[in-house]
Amino acid sequence: MKVYVPMDSAAKALGAEAVVAALHAAARDAGIALELVRTGTRGMIWLEPLVEVEIDGLRHGYGPAAPEDAGAILDGTSQKALGPVEELDWMARQTRLTFARVGVIDPLSLEDYVAHGGLAGLRRALGMTGAAIVEEVTASGLRGRGGAGFPTGIKWKTVHEAQAPQKYIVCNADEGDSGTFADRMLMEGDPFTLIEGMVIAGLGVGATRGYVYLRSEYPDAIRVMRRAVEIARKERVLGADVLGSGRAFDMEIRVGAGAYVCGEETSLLNSLEGKRGVVRAKPPLPALEGFLGRPTVVNNVISLATVPVIFEKGAQHYADFGLGRSRGTVTLQIAGNVARGGLFETAFGITLGEVVEGLAGGTASGRPVKAVQVGGPLGAYLPASKFDAPLGYEELDAKGGLLGHAGMVVFDDTADMMSMARFAMEFCAIESCGKCTPCRIGAVRGVETIDRIRQGDGEAVPLLRDLCETMKDGSLCALGGLTPLPVESVLDHFADEALPRREAA
Amino acid sequence: MSPPLPASDEIEAIIAPYRNAEGPLLPMLHAVQDAFGHIPETAHRVIAEALNISRAELHGVISFYHDFRSQPAGRHVLKICRAEACQAVGGAALADATLKRLGLEWHGTTRNGAVTVEPVYCLGLCACAPAAMLDDRVLGRVDDARMTTLLAEAGA
Ligand SMILES: Cc1cc2nc3c(=O)[nH]c(=O)nc-3n(C[C@H](O)[C@H](O)[C@H](O)COP(=O)(O)O)c2cc1C
Ligand code: SF4
Ligand code: FES
Repeated sequence: MKVYVPMDSAAKALGAEAVVAALHAAARDAGIALELVRTGTRGMIWLEPLVEVEIDGLRHGYGPAAPEDAGAILDGTSQKALGPVEELDWMARQTRLTFARVGVIDPLSLEDYVAHGGLAGLRRALGMTGAAIVEEVTASGLRGRGGAGFPTGIKWKTVHEAQAPQKYIVCNADEGDSGTFADRMLMEGDPFTLIEGMVIAGLGVGATRGYVYLRSEYPDAIRVMRRAVEIARKERVLGADVLGSGRAFDMEIRVGAGAYVCGEETSLLNSLEGKRGVVRAKPPLPALEGFLGRPTVVNNVISLATVPVIFEKGAQHYADFGLGRSRGTVTLQIAGNVARGGLFETAFGITLGEVVEGLAGGTASGRPVKAVQVGGPLGAYLPASKFDAPLGYEELDAKGGLLGHAGMVVFDDTADMMSMARFAMEFCAIESCGKCTPCRIGAVRGVETIDRIRQGDGEAVPLLRDLCETMKDGSLCALGGLTPLPVESVLDHFADEALPRREAA
Repeated sequence: MSPPLPASDEIEAIIAPYRNAEGPLLPMLHAVQDAFGHIPETAHRVIAEALNISRAELHGVISFYHDFRSQPAGRHVLKICRAEACQAVGGAALADATLKRLGLEWHGTTRNGAVTVEPVYCLGLCACAPAAMLDDRVLGRVDDARMTTLLAEAGA
């Protein structure tokens, strides 16, 4: 009997290990020969731990499973039966390109990976010139998924054209934004996809070395990625002779040290070099003078992990999905106070309302939705009146929002929005790299000013607005430059909360 | 009772595999901290010499990162997520209650040395918040009852 249970950290955090132990015990008791495969998560986190049992070649889901469900799951009488997993509404409505294998395969089986289309993209790329590889990525319309949405092909072209004895591919796996976990889910659920994407990037720009800068808060992802790199090296996907082509590419996993700002690409490069993670002024662009001063591609995990499917299915196939200048699919991460949270990959263009009310099913508490923070700690808090916003880079920007890494955090009507504004400033103060005064000192002033407002001092509101302007104008990077966005969004959309005391008086 | 200070040759052995790495410092610091639970004073001189950097420069790097400790933590480290998605489902109240129960501030260690409580800003478990991590073990949808069990397990 073939049974699948995720080893993704979200599944583990909800008790997957105890369920695995119970399944083994129940199988022993029933005299069933159990073949238990660990996978990534399908992304339906509200159903985790989600056990899948293969029946006539179809995987049937049972979840959320508890250890005491084990016996009934194995004998097919469990009340937690969900039917074939691929037919569940959440799965059937997705366009899984980047996440096609996540939750399906054993993440550390290269054989499984290849059986599900893995390495097809790399094999195609090995027959192309660097310039043609870069052209293919440009034609796909892929834009960086780390936050800024910069066209990946243009970045690669700069590195491709740079002349240097050594170039690098650096994967940004710092994923510090609250409400985001797509990078983690991909690395834990399909690590070879990221490796394959990095090799293709190396072939495209002429880089033979790569690093993944992975945050220390993700011990499971670190273990899986390290093991995957070892396997890839042993099987010659990495090394001096990639798949027997005579071309070289090798890579290493490096662990961050708990600094949010190290997700900013130049800070990340400093950190990778062993320095303080302060932000560098641009120019020079990392594409020209990046890691150790050499031309470097810095891309997000999802950007790089999307490259293999672009080469497998062709740039046009990818570009055919999407909206306006946002081509392909977006990996939405739905979190916070939601009935159904998780990862949903779909073409750009779905509206915020469809995500929050439709997919997420409203709040977990059953109370009305008050706000959604889109795009991490530097993203705006959007009220329900903005729910018609289609999710695309330009489209959301036009509504005063920021798509960022596409995390959405939902809050119900009990949320204290001024305390969220305060937290934005506090977070900026804690994580500031210290280089610019408006960010380092301004964020501390911001916390104090919000405290004054919360004590009923209405005169502090214009001060807070001014402070936000100063931070926007005088910050080198988006930490200081965009922290005002969530703060101002609270003042703009939840103005009645700015002065609770005074209104009560 | 604090353990004896590690000898220089012990530290040299720990950092040796990274000597030829590109950007060796963070891997070295992680390796030292994995071995001793903190970055002991003796390590400063050894690492500074190995990389030919000043001790001031090294101190600047160590102090920049939240992860590196100059003193050992408790036997267990409990990280509680303070970030937005966890706040949306009561994370702040959970954190406050936990700290209050233990009589600690953030970064504090229980008097019996069992648990150090640290804030963390997102564990990527935002769809099953509030989240926490006890050593390397991830925990989702943590409520007061679950926290009580965890603290008991950790001997707090
Ligand atoms: C404060 C700050 C934090 C950031 N954190 C991340 C991060 O965790 N992951 C990421 O991919 N990009 C992050 N970025 C964006 C990077 O600077 C950069 O744009 C990105 O790595 C480029 O890759 P992409 O083009 O594939 O998105 C951050 C930026 C700032 C200003
Ligand atoms: S804005 Fe803040 S984090 Fe960014 S460079 Fe300036 S001080 Fe550093
Ligand atoms: S915000 Fe707490 S785990 Fe992401």
